[in-house]
Amino acid sequence: MKKVYTRPRLLKKAVFHYCPGCGHSIVHRLIAEVIDEMKLGERAIGIPPPGCSVFAYNYLDVDMAESAHGRGAAVATGLKRAYPEAVVFTYQGDGDLAAIGTAETIHAANRGEKITAIFINNAVYGMTGGQMAPTTIENQTTTTTPYGRDAVIEGYPIRMSEIVAMVKGAAYVERVAVNSPANIRKTKRAIRKAFQTQLDGLGFALVEVLSPCPTNWKMTPLESWQWVDKVMTGEFPLGVIKDVAGGKDAA
Amino acid sequence: MAKTLMYGNSAIGEAAIRAGCQCYFGYPITPQNELTEYMAANLGRRKGCAFIQAESEIAAINMVFGASVAGARAMTSSSSPGISLKQEGISYLAACELPAVIVNMSRGGPGLGSISASQSDYFQATRGGGHGDYRTIVLAPSSVQELADLTHRAFDLSEKYRIPVLILGDGMLGQMMEPIEFKHEAPEELSVRSDAMRGAKGRPSKIIKTFTSNPADLERINWSLYRRYGLIKKEETSFDTFLVDDAELVVVAFGIAARIARGAIKTVRDMGLKVGMLRPITLWPFPTEEVRGLTNRINQFLTFEMNMGQMLEDVQLAVAGEAEVSFYGRPGGVIPTPSEVARVLTRLYYQKGLK
Amino acid sequence: MQGRIEIQQEICKGCELCISFCPKNVIYVSDRLNAGGYLPAVFNDNGECTGCAVCALVCPEVAIEVYRG
Repeated sequence: MKKVYTRPRLLKKAVFHYCPGCGHSIVHRLIAEVIDEMKLGERAIGIPPPGCSVFAYNYLDVDMAESAHGRGAAVATGLKRAYPEAVVFTYQGDGDLAAIGTAETIHAANRGEKITAIFINNAVYGMTGGQMAPTTIENQTTTTTPYGRDAVIEGYPIRMSEIVAMVKGAAYVERVAVNSPANIRKTKRAIRKAFQTQLDGLGFALVEVLSPCPTNWKMTPLESWQWVDKVMTGEFPLGVIKDVAGGKDAA
Repeated sequence: MAKTLMYGNSAIGEAAIRAGCQCYFGYPITPQNELTEYMAANLGRRKGCAFIQAESEIAAINMVFGASVAGARAMTSSSSPGISLKQEGISYLAACELPAVIVNMSRGGPGLGSISASQSDYFQATRGGGHGDYRTIVLAPSSVQELADLTHRAFDLSEKYRIPVLILGDGMLGQMMEPIEFKHEAPEELSVRSDAMRGAKGRPSKIIKTFTSNPADLERINWSLYRRYGLIKKEETSFDTFLVDDAELVVVAFGIAARIARGAIKTVRDMGLKVGMLRPITLWPFPTEEVRGLTNRINQFLTFEMNMGQMLEDVQLAVAGEAEVSFYGRPGGVIPTPSEVARVLTRLYYQKGLK
Repeated sequence: MQGRIEIQQEICKGCELCISFCPKNVIYVSDRLNAGGYLPAVFNDNGECTGCAVCALVCPEVAIEVYRG
């Protein structure tokens, strides 16, 4: 028998600090696989956010530079403009990219910055203990919506991918999930495509990944993976939202 | 090199380009827009260089962070309210020991304030402004020539000590037109810092971070910065003196206030009053030793600044009770005149019984 | 196709996702805690494994290596 699955080369041997069943671990692994397969390990520079994944640099074996909260797209912009040969990617949570970082995200996309943004949407602020995120679903209970998110007071979940897709500089936007084998494979393909978009110089690439957060959703890992399908995809439909290379414009 | 007539704001831009500035990211705000526009016209088209009018001052400082990570000489500029927005970014730059140049052409505050020149950002500039225990070198030019010279020096100091450097100008200096001589030519090749992060080629991957879950690690980093700041204090403190050798009263003033004071001092000297001036050029590190040294012979100081008393505290600290420190200030963007300051000096001189 | 997996028990966090997704039911929960305080997944080498690698695909901890032949 030969080995058909092993730890990716660009994933350091550290044990993940993430919770059992967390989507971060899956996406980190996929990014490591894609960067290695595309032979970008020596050019890649990743920009992790404040949040559970602030320690992404303990796992991904590429150059990484921390960004202030929400500013990943601006840091990536400066980096890429100073050294265009780098393959620059941000790794951001829902608060980072869609709350405090909304302006930076939209404007980097608008300028068509040739960067790749990986957006982990778990409908909650994980690291700080489970507060409402801009992507929290209506009626979802969080520590700052203890009676359930009320759209009248707290607004609606925000579909950041659709918003980003509307700006001309965004070249590729897809929403995926990491809650099943099929979806994990699709996520890997989307990440690969998002890096290819950068290599082809087409513009801003965004992959939104619906990701389970068992701890803050107060579910078992399996329940949380199922909740992504049962509830999240209803609010955040999966699929390609924009793909200029493939001729698909935003709806 | 021949002298040329230039606006202060434009002179900063030209000096930055000649210092090898590769990236400028900024946002329009009065009274420094000529600098942003100069960079748009002159930096963006240079090979390998980047100009972006960012979506906000916050985005701009974070773009500077990214460019500095990649080893580029990067710069941003703004005026008081916009500099407030940049404070978190400056804290991050200081924490990561990344060079960067930040220009503040101050205006009246607080709040949206006024568009006129003021010096009310001294505390913001020298006391951090951002969170955490860090310092930035603060340079205070007082002429268009000095705007250019100190801009060049800012890039060098920033890289030498891996520390953000703030140029604390003001709206008047920015809008003044004076003859200026550039002492450097723009480099043919842009430099790349030796510690630039450009991908893990032929070496293990690197991490640039500011967060640690171990306070002991952070303490170690803080003390390391502290030692570096001690070295900067020793090596880079700079100031100018004017007629202090026989002075009975010494004015301490920086930037545009020092220009105004100089005119006032000339007037009162003609009247026989022995007044001199010490002009700090580095506001951090402040020329504490020099001021303290003057107290051996001088008993009267007047701190004169366009605010309600900020550098005053550094003068008081330096004097340490060995002499009397008086204060004259005009906040809000009001520009005092030399004759007004001359009246203040005269009144103070006689009130204190100086001969 | 015959298959075999190796689970690193000590880094397993007992999320049981491999067990949920395994099409051949050849993984089960151990009754002994690992050093992390979790009940890890254990491979039942009864010859049913086909080496499909779905377990490794869903394992967040990259705790599973898969052999096939």
